[in-house]
Amino acid sequence: MTDDAPVVSVPELSLVLLVGVSGSGKSTFAARHFKPTQVVSSDYCRGLVADDETDQSATPEAFALLNHIVGTRLRLGRLTVVDATNVQAHARAQLVDLAKRHNVLVDAIVLDVEPETAVERNRARADRDFGEAVVRRHHRDLKRGLKRMAKEGFRRVHRLEGAARIEAARVVTEKSWNDRTEETGPFDLIGDVHGCRAELEALLGELGWEIARDAQGRAAGAAHPEGRTAVFVGDLVDRGPDTPGVLRLVMGMVEAGNALCVQGNHEHKLVKALDGRKVRVAHGLAESLEQLGAEDEAFRGRARAFMDGLRSHYLLDGGRLVVAHAGLKEEFHGRASGKVRSFALYGDTTGETDEYGLPVRLPWAEDYRGEAAVVYGHTPVLEPEWVNNTICLDTGCCFGGKLTALRYPERDLVAVKAEREWYAPARPLGPAVPDRDPATLDVTDVAGDRHLATGLVGTVKVTAEHAAAALEVMSRFAEDPRRLLYLPPTMAPVDASDADGYLEHPAQAFDQYRGRAERVVCQEKHMGSRAVALVCRDAGTARRRFGLDAAPWGALVTRTGRAFFQDEALTGALLDRVAAAAGAAGLWERLDTDWMLLDCELLPWSAKARDLIEDQFAGVAAAGLAALPAAAAVLEAAAARGLDVAALAERTASRHANIAKFAAAYQRYCWPTDGLDGVRLAPFQVLATEGRNRADHRHDEHLALADALVAADGSGLLLETRRRFVALGTADEAAAVQWWLDLCAAGGEGMVVKPVLEDRPRLQPGLKVRGREYLRIIYGADYTDPERLAGLRQRRLQHKRSQALREYALGVAGLDLVAQRAPLWQVHQYVFAVLALESEPVDPRL
Amino acid sequence: MLLTITTTARPATDLGRLLRKHPDRVQSFEQSFGTAWVFYPEAGEDRCTAALLLEVDAARLARAHARASGDATLKQYVNDRPYAASSLLAVALGKVFSTARSGVSDERPELAASALPLEVALPAVPCKGGPDLVRDLFAPLGWEVEAEAVPLPGFDADSRHVRVRLRGEVRLADALSQLYVLLPVLDDAKHYWVDIGEVDKLVRSGGDWLAAHPRRGLIARRYLAHRRSYERAAFARLAEVAEAGDEDESPVEEEAGEPGEGSLPLHRIRIGAVLDALAASGAASVLDLGCGSGKLLDALLDDPRYTRITGADVSSRALDQAERALRLDRMPERRRRRLELIQGSVVYRDKRFAGYDAAVLMEVIEHLDPGRLPAMERVVFGAARPRTVVVTTPNAEYNARYGLAGHELRHADHRFEWDRARFAAWAEGVAARHGYRVRFEGVGAADPDAGAPTQMGVFDRD
Repeated sequence: MTDDAPVVSVPELSLVLLVGVSGSGKSTFAARHFKPTQVVSSDYCRGLVADDETDQSATPEAFALLNHIVGTRLRLGRLTVVDATNVQAHARAQLVDLAKRHNVLVDAIVLDVEPETAVERNRARADRDFGEAVVRRHHRDLKRGLKRMAKEGFRRVHRLEGAARIEAARVVTEKSWNDRTEETGPFDLIGDVHGCRAELEALLGELGWEIARDAQGRAAGAAHPEGRTAVFVGDLVDRGPDTPGVLRLVMGMVEAGNALCVQGNHEHKLVKALDGRKVRVAHGLAESLEQLGAEDEAFRGRARAFMDGLRSHYLLDGGRLVVAHAGLKEEFHGRASGKVRSFALYGDTTGETDEYGLPVRLPWAEDYRGEAAVVYGHTPVLEPEWVNNTICLDTGCCFGGKLTALRYPERDLVAVKAEREWYAPARPLGPAVPDRDPATLDVTDVAGDRHLATGLVGTVKVTAEHAAAALEVMSRFAEDPRRLLYLPPTMAPVDASDADGYLEHPAQAFDQYRGRAERVVCQEKHMGSRAVALVCRDAGTARRRFGLDAAPWGALVTRTGRAFFQDEALTGALLDRVAAAAGAAGLWERLDTDWMLLDCELLPWSAKARDLIEDQFAGVAAAGLAALPAAAAVLEAAAARGLDVAALAERTASRHANIAKFAAAYQRYCWPTDGLDGVRLAPFQVLATEGRNRADHRHDEHLALADALVAADGSGLLLETRRRFVALGTADEAAAVQWWLDLCAAGGEGMVVKPVLEDRPRLQPGLKVRGREYLRIIYGADYTDPERLAGLRQRRLQHKRSQALREYALGVAGLDLVAQRAPLWQVHQYVFAVLALESEPVDPRL
Repeated sequence: MLLTITTTARPATDLGRLLRKHPDRVQSFEQSFGTAWVFYPEAGEDRCTAALLLEVDAARLARAHARASGDATLKQYVNDRPYAASSLLAVALGKVFSTARSGVSDERPELAASALPLEVALPAVPCKGGPDLVRDLFAPLGWEVEAEAVPLPGFDADSRHVRVRLRGEVRLADALSQLYVLLPVLDDAKHYWVDIGEVDKLVRSGGDWLAAHPRRGLIARRYLAHRRSYERAAFARLAEVAEAGDEDESPVEEEAGEPGEGSLPLHRIRIGAVLDALAASGAASVLDLGCGSGKLLDALLDDPRYTRITGADVSSRALDQAERALRLDRMPERRRRRLELIQGSVVYRDKRFAGYDAAVLMEVIEHLDPGRLPAMERVVFGAARPRTVVVTTPNAEYNARYGLAGHELRHADHRFEWDRARFAAWAEGVAARHGYRVRFEGVGAADPDAGAPTQMGVFDRD
């Protein structure tokens, strides 16, 4: 490389200002070295607002637009190049300020050409009619400002002198110091050590590290046989008995490439103190200074350089993991500024204000919505706890607590106890976020158009309109989000049957699954109300795992997320019975869990829907059974007079018979209940347990678990779900049809046909085949009239099927999050989305 | 679906002449929602009965309903319309017997003008208000009323349907127009669009008997499907017919209205109290959480001291109502600029709630499940943190004065109603947790023992 080929290196994420007079070749330079979309030009903005790139009267508006575009790009983390003359300091200052506000670095590239060259170039261009004087004045401004530019807040000012060097220059980008995304671990992340060398050695031993010792037998490095990388969250020093020993060990690990370390506030202050700057000697700094005083000068120098060179935070594992001493909010990840550094070292206690000018009060972790896991320390806690994908590992070792490590990606916690209290804490250790209320969610978690990822059907869109409807239902009627981890998807019916007198028939269900599954299960459809039960082994589980702070210690919710019973005691009593059954059946141990989410049907229908049944169905029957006999009587009298009313009388008689069947149909699903007396719960699937989403198509297993619960229930609450497995294409089909006819003849609602599969293809999870008489209460008493039936067979199922599949996909994705202990707001997004999809207008009879 | 009219005035078969339907024929009349049949099960000299039987086409009705209302519920497909003597039957009656209803008869003018011994039978009248309301509506018109609730099959309860038999000496035209008006009133369910023409129809059909009816307020309100503006127009027309002063109708009967004192209803008094509290706080910007149809917003807009007014409600329908009620589209620009309407929920933290001097939760908290109150508390007092928060809620102690039993609530959607001690305990807890002071006031005329009907807590902080 010669002097004729200068290299301009700019940060990957930065704002780059091109500085040069009109005609210095900025646009040509930008076009050669950057993508067109990375370059924002003042001329272009002038054209956008004024239809004329040279209209100087439009300059203020053009710059307002330019600033907006630049600000938006920087907020989104995109390298941005400003192509404007930028020869005056105040013009540059605005842009530097914009970069700082978005916590990105800013470089200047000065294109310094002779004014003659610039003037010459401008003459060659028809649209540039500036006088030579303007160019010369700008050139003077530039020359005068060049010296001071270094102090204007640029990371670097790249000056390219002369057209030849500008022509020859190459531009390269450099990665941010924070960016270690190529490091994929596995990692052992270690909390605040604070001079506790012995505990650190013990913890490393526990984690399987092999410690290397120097001639004096002191730990001077460590390596992991499986090639793990240690990441220290900072605050290695102060308070504890052996700060030099900790530094020696960690420096050795970092220098050998076996560890990374971010700076803590204690390192920051210790460096200042070692530099002889004025600091208040408190919080264990005295101990460090004293201990380091006993070391030789060379060690002190090495330690100082090490601590001073530590970064404020690291992005690791492709950006999926962020480590900062005091944590870091998402907008600061990978950014660089004093604000970012201060947050990373000291946390959100800098008197910052939010966009409304109010002090930020909520702990940052509670607001955190980022995809990346944030691991931090700084604030001593009793137990590390994941809060919105963040975790604090400072468990107060120096205060006699413990030293904690997080294995990543395993997410296991490993800790060793402190040998003793080395330093008296200023206040007792508390939880990570003292007044955390995980049930408080943010409206931006759910409102507006949303696209949610699902494994089954890809992205599911929720429109703002449906989200608005769901917001109302969720706010006014639904259970606390902590108790609302899943909403069952709607279920589509089978294709219409062509069998005489039938709208739905099992034959179509078998046909629909033929070729996609070898086996299906025909499952009795209990005529009650769908219920989802969150059953915890005990109150402690409910508190720990789901953050519940009041009874009932679990939940029983309807398909729209409402609590089944107003009376919390009743819910509690019901859940206790289910938990007892699970205990008696040995399910807690068998499933290795302390809680389970159950998909059930709660009977009788009248227990939840009595008002609806009275108002809707019984009211209709009352009117029909009162009016039709009266009509028959007057028709009979008219006929006796010789009037021809035969056809009308016949229709009336048929309608009378139909309404009587209608009345019989709904009455089968009603019986009186008192408290839990008379209430039955029929579980048919365990949806999720600790660490496991079970919402798959293994219905033989699901029903076996349900059977185990029912068998172990001594209270008479739980009810079996009858079923028949069918090998498609065999005589099983005909037998199942007969079974269905028998079920319906005995007053059953019908059945649900589900595929029995090992994998989880994109497939309707079930199809309902409702009984002929039951359908009267859905389609009206007279729906079996051949004319009506012919019309109903034309029903359109496409939307209902699509809705069922999308809701199912959302439900499964949500259960994945529940099983992974994802933050509540993420789980809630999926639950909310199912509710939102339910507000799509679909024929309610399907 | 069925109505029979019988007369015993000799010759009874003259009924056919008045109705202009021959007793020996079976006639059918196509309606938009089905077919109406007229025939005579008996037609003797001493006694003659005409039957009007309406065969409703349920599918056609469902389609019409879906077009009109846009909602899709099961009720649109499964309902009592094919069986009940509803407003559909009234419409059919109005059409089929239009001449008789007008009281004109070329053949028997004297008969049409005179009261006849009549008997009307309706096997299933849908009636919000039960047999008592049937009696209340028909007895003052000179009928002897037999009304009996139809039981709900399968439940130990009555349905909203009533078997009705009316006997009296009434002009046939009056009988028909009374049924035409009162069947939809009893039913109290809209099935067709009410338009301004209905107002005229009411006045025309109602005529003399309606202007003098003791329940004419309820009749007008229900007939016009609760459309207040039409109601006022209807009353104005009626006043032209008869110099009748407005009756005193109990508001409790229709809405869960809480009576106030004198002429001022409680909700007006409550708005006044909230406005006083806001004025005393010195607030210039106000957030009305749960603004509903915007009554408080309207009052705030009238006071220029409030420069920034935001109404938030979780229901987009409520916001639409507010938009209409406040006439947002026609509001002058200067007034409009001070107002914003947003959809938001008090149980979801919301940055848009921050930055106001004061927030109002007027009759809102009792619509939240008690378990969600801590979330509301964090959203309003913890995150939004206006200097002043005004909360009003019913005082349960006062409920006895409304004749409510101990467990009964004032509104079907209320999840709780607190006595003063319970409200104070909650409010003081909130204040302590979030650094507010709170003071309490009663709103509305106070009872010496029970206190005021509404209680108000005013929170402020430094």
